[in-house]
Amino acid sequence: MRWPPAPWGRKGRVLPILVLAACSGPQSMLDPAGGQAARIGVMGWILLAGCAFVYAVVLLWLLWALARRHRWVEPGGVLPPQAGVERRLTNGLVAWVVGTVLILFAFVAASYAVDKSLTHLANREEVVVEVEGKQWWWTVRYPDDDPSRSITTANEIHLPVGVPVRVKLKAADVIHSLWIPNLHGKMDLIPGRDNELFLTADREGIFRGQCAEFCGLQHAHMALDVIVHSRAAFDAWKEAQLAPAPAPADEALARGQALFLTSACTMCHGIRGTPASASVAPDLTHLASRRSIAAGALPYNRGNLAGWIADPQRIKPGNHMPLVGVPPSDLQALVAYLDSLK
Amino acid sequence: MSERHFVRDLSDLPTHGHGPSNLTWWGTMGFMLIEGFAFVLAGFTYLYIMMQFRHWPPGMPPPDLTWGTLMTAALLLSLVPNVWAKRVAEASDLRGTRRAVLVMLAVGLVTLGIRGFEFTVLNALWDSNAYGSILWTILGLHTVHLLTDVGDTAVLAVLMFTRHGKDPRRMGDVTDNALYWNFVVGAWVPIYALLYLVPRFA
Amino acid sequence: MGPRDGVSSSELRDGPSLGEEDTMRRLERTWGTPPGLWGWLTTVDHKRIGRRYIATGFVFFLVGGVLALLMRLQLAQPENTLVGPDRYNQLFSMHGTTMMFLFAVPIMEAMAVYLVPLMVGTRNIAFPRLNAFSYWVYLFGGVMIVVAFLMNTGPETGWFSYVPLAGPEYSPGKRTDFWAQMITFTEVAALAVAVEIIVTVFKMRAPGMGLNRVPLFVWSMLVTSFMVIFAMPAVMLASSFLIMDRLVSTQFFNPAEGGDPLLWQHLFWFFGHPEVYIIFLPALGMVSSIVAAMARRPVFGHVPMVLALVATAFLGFGLWVHHMFATGLPHLASGYFTAASMMIAIPSGIQIFCWIATLWDGRPQWTVPLLFVVGFVVIFVLGGLTGVMQASVPFDLQVHDSYFVVAHFHYVLIGGAVFPLFGAFYFWFPKITGRMLGERLGRWNFWLFFIGFNVAFFPMHLLGMMGMPRRVYTYPAELGWADLNLTATLGALLVAASVALFLVNVLVSLRAGRIAGPNPWNAGTLEWATASPPPSYNFAHIPVVEGLEPLWDKAGPLGMVHGLRVEEREVLLTTVLDAHPDLREPSPRSTIWPLLSALAVTVLFIGSIFTPWALVWGAVPLAVGLVGWFWPKRRHVPPEPVVES
Repeated sequence: MRWPPAPWGRKGRVLPILVLAACSGPQSMLDPAGGQAARIGVMGWILLAGCAFVYAVVLLWLLWALARRHRWVEPGGVLPPQAGVERRLTNGLVAWVVGTVLILFAFVAASYAVDKSLTHLANREEVVVEVEGKQWWWTVRYPDDDPSRSITTANEIHLPVGVPVRVKLKAADVIHSLWIPNLHGKMDLIPGRDNELFLTADREGIFRGQCAEFCGLQHAHMALDVIVHSRAAFDAWKEAQLAPAPAPADEALARGQALFLTSACTMCHGIRGTPASASVAPDLTHLASRRSIAAGALPYNRGNLAGWIADPQRIKPGNHMPLVGVPPSDLQALVAYLDSLK
Repeated sequence: MSERHFVRDLSDLPTHGHGPSNLTWWGTMGFMLIEGFAFVLAGFTYLYIMMQFRHWPPGMPPPDLTWGTLMTAALLLSLVPNVWAKRVAEASDLRGTRRAVLVMLAVGLVTLGIRGFEFTVLNALWDSNAYGSILWTILGLHTVHLLTDVGDTAVLAVLMFTRHGKDPRRMGDVTDNALYWNFVVGAWVPIYALLYLVPRFA
Repeated sequence: MGPRDGVSSSELRDGPSLGEEDTMRRLERTWGTPPGLWGWLTTVDHKRIGRRYIATGFVFFLVGGVLALLMRLQLAQPENTLVGPDRYNQLFSMHGTTMMFLFAVPIMEAMAVYLVPLMVGTRNIAFPRLNAFSYWVYLFGGVMIVVAFLMNTGPETGWFSYVPLAGPEYSPGKRTDFWAQMITFTEVAALAVAVEIIVTVFKMRAPGMGLNRVPLFVWSMLVTSFMVIFAMPAVMLASSFLIMDRLVSTQFFNPAEGGDPLLWQHLFWFFGHPEVYIIFLPALGMVSSIVAAMARRPVFGHVPMVLALVATAFLGFGLWVHHMFATGLPHLASGYFTAASMMIAIPSGIQIFCWIATLWDGRPQWTVPLLFVVGFVVIFVLGGLTGVMQASVPFDLQVHDSYFVVAHFHYVLIGGAVFPLFGAFYFWFPKITGRMLGERLGRWNFWLFFIGFNVAFFPMHLLGMMGMPRRVYTYPAELGWADLNLTATLGALLVAASVALFLVNVLVSLRAGRIAGPNPWNAGTLEWATASPPPSYNFAHIPVVEGLEPLWDKAGPLGMVHGLRVEEREVLLTTVLDAHPDLREPSPRSTIWPLLSALAVTVLFIGSIFTPWALVWGAVPLAVGLVGWFWPKRRHVPPEPVVES
């Protein structure tokens, strides 16, 4: 677990670590893995420290007010305000307001500074990723000036470590929001508008992002994996993705491919290197290289893939993949073929 | 409760008044505030949508000026009989008020007629694009206000010729109705500028 | 003017020459509501309408609570299948809609409908028929949306209904149309009450209650009502655009035809943020009433308190964009909204200080209302502080639309509004019913609520930071959210038990509670100057006010004015600033027309969900209803002859 440097030094970290011991993870803002999330983390600690101080002051003041020795009053009687006390309380109120203003001013200044440091991280890019949100999955493209070197995949963003990345955000249908808490805050994908998010991952690892703007029935199952590689591994991954789908290596796989190409699958899915070229649903060219299926609904493996094809509506009710009705005998061959698409 | 400590006798207070003394006046002001603010927000929406386009109105000439301008003139002129109606009502002149209410009813019907023609020559339909949508909505919103006031005037006109017309409180109703008509006219002038002049000169 | 031969008894006035018993009997005959169903349907008494408004609002609170429990049960463990996504989306949409539109705003206004006329010392609210109409419209709108939900046509796109998800293409069917019309119903009702409250406060205060002597609760309702007037038109406009986009193909939110989805968000949050203060400001007024009575001294810093209310209202309209930080707005704009959002902590801080100072200098009486006020401070301040955190754009980009926000606004809304409201129930229940609520059950009620609330909502701060987004019907086990979610669910069950105890307390106390008497808390404002429950005419004679807490400021009996008619409904109007007597104004009797008009409105609104032509043919019965309403009435109770005594 890694923390942004706590403003009050190393010793101060112990308590929050005990309290939040379980908070690290692949989808947590408390475990930053990128320049942006780290800076926001610092902001969070500043705010938390300031607010904890204010809260303590309020509670102590309340406790004192309730527990002190009070003026005596007969039952049903009324205590008239006393001029001297009112004056003292008025001075207290003035001090209170001044204190509030100072703390808020510090917060605004800190927020502005962090915002500015985020701007410094922005507008520098070595890699561009285009993410398009759809009900309920993500298209991920790596554009290239040479169109034949553009990559299209789904529900998985690969990033090189330490490299500034510009993520261009578009929405195909309704508003979505891309949130990868370990790397950065969220940004909305809005139909008719172009937004962007700048990411700089500072360690390798596998993180998880999720749609954070309610987008309909399967909003809960609209996640993606974010894989941060070394630069070399990233380039290797890219090269692998550029290749068309491998040709079926044996008879069984050939049968699976034929089943795919003659089924309703090709109405929506594309596999480069075959006649299937639709782009309504996730591109399957390198399906078997991905970590999950159905936008993070299931980990990728043959069993889950078979279950998904057999009845997508059971796993992710309301999603746009229909029940194709593959007979059990064909299902094995189809899954075997898809599983060969590394 | 048994001890009663009376400090003032209010028997001599009047039982009806005009303007801010009147409860209805405040109620009318309250609803004018609500509706006026709705007009303001609708106006902001118009400008917001305008900023989404490079050309305004999008791909079409500005709306024809004839009927809208006639409407503006008619509404501004109607202020004259409206002020008269308010004065005769405040003076509790029953004969004068009866005539004034009838005149205002006729004025209202004329403006409704003009509005009908205004709708027929608009440059866009409500469903053609966002410009058409906000144009029709603002004009429709104002028309609802026209209709409401004309309806109110019609009921008042009937009342004035029954025995209820003799109730001095009806005079207060007439002044409140006059106030509301001022609002309908006052709301129209900026709307006219927004719908007819902004597309030409902005 | 006394009872003399030759004087019509309809001209009979209250005063020295008419005996107290006779005055009260005649006032009751004049102001009382006829018995039976007809009386129930036609009453325009602000207390009867206020009571049913409060009860209806509370029923919606229970409905919203049951929906919340269902959601908590579904989220108690990962990959749970108790509720599917379609139902879950309806659950949280209905929960938010019910709590915001059918519970929080209406019940605050309902408390004002009951209390404000009593607190300012008048016989009825301004525009009593509009008040009745408002209640019926609210009731019919609320029933409509609940029935729609039960028939599987409940809203499904959240209480915020963002387009294009809520638009014609992605939410076909009638679900969202019902939601949009529910907005229209409740906003009509809320706006009507707002106007009544403003006019009541401006024109119907007892003689001598200059603006500097208006109780803080009345101030808070006055400011709230102005906020309603400026906030509600935005959402009515927005929901009209939405329903027109859906039903007659306008293009307001369609980017392909020049519309913009963000237009919805601007309009909705221009209403939606002030909405929070519309719920919260009345609660502040309740807290002030309770603190003064329980600390046995007037609230410290009356003028700063009033200024803080006004400042909150103004600032409340300048913050809406902080709900939209993640939409990618220009930096300059978000910087401004950060500063403005943080500034609103200043007036809130002033009020917190003043209440604590009042308790510090007074002598706190440890009653249940005070417990709820202390719980309010402890919870609300925490929610306010997490709000300050979210005003920072970078931090908000992380926690926005996560469970952190869910925690935050429940701390603010339950802590800031529901705790004071329960305190207010305990505080004013004796005034409304004549009997005290049980203290013992009340303490159980409080502690279960306080503990259950924190157990339910504190873990959500952590869940949000651990990456759990809002509005998900389930979550995977691997992310480690299960334990905290289970904890939250257990807390929610504790809260449910607490609310059940409250219901038991109400039912028991209605029959067997201690008799309250006019002023059980020895409080200082005018509502405690009359019997509990108050008679139909509120006060036999209109009191004269000489200070902020009239019942504390004078050792002897309150001064009174006299000369209002007793055989006709008549109220006293006073001047706006100084409350000098100005006019004697007739006040309407019971009438069926508000109910008929509300029915006509209901037909029109529901009809327009199915055809736009309902706006045309539906206008006809509405016009009939309104003409019947405003047509001058003849009195139907013959004056009682005057007998020389």
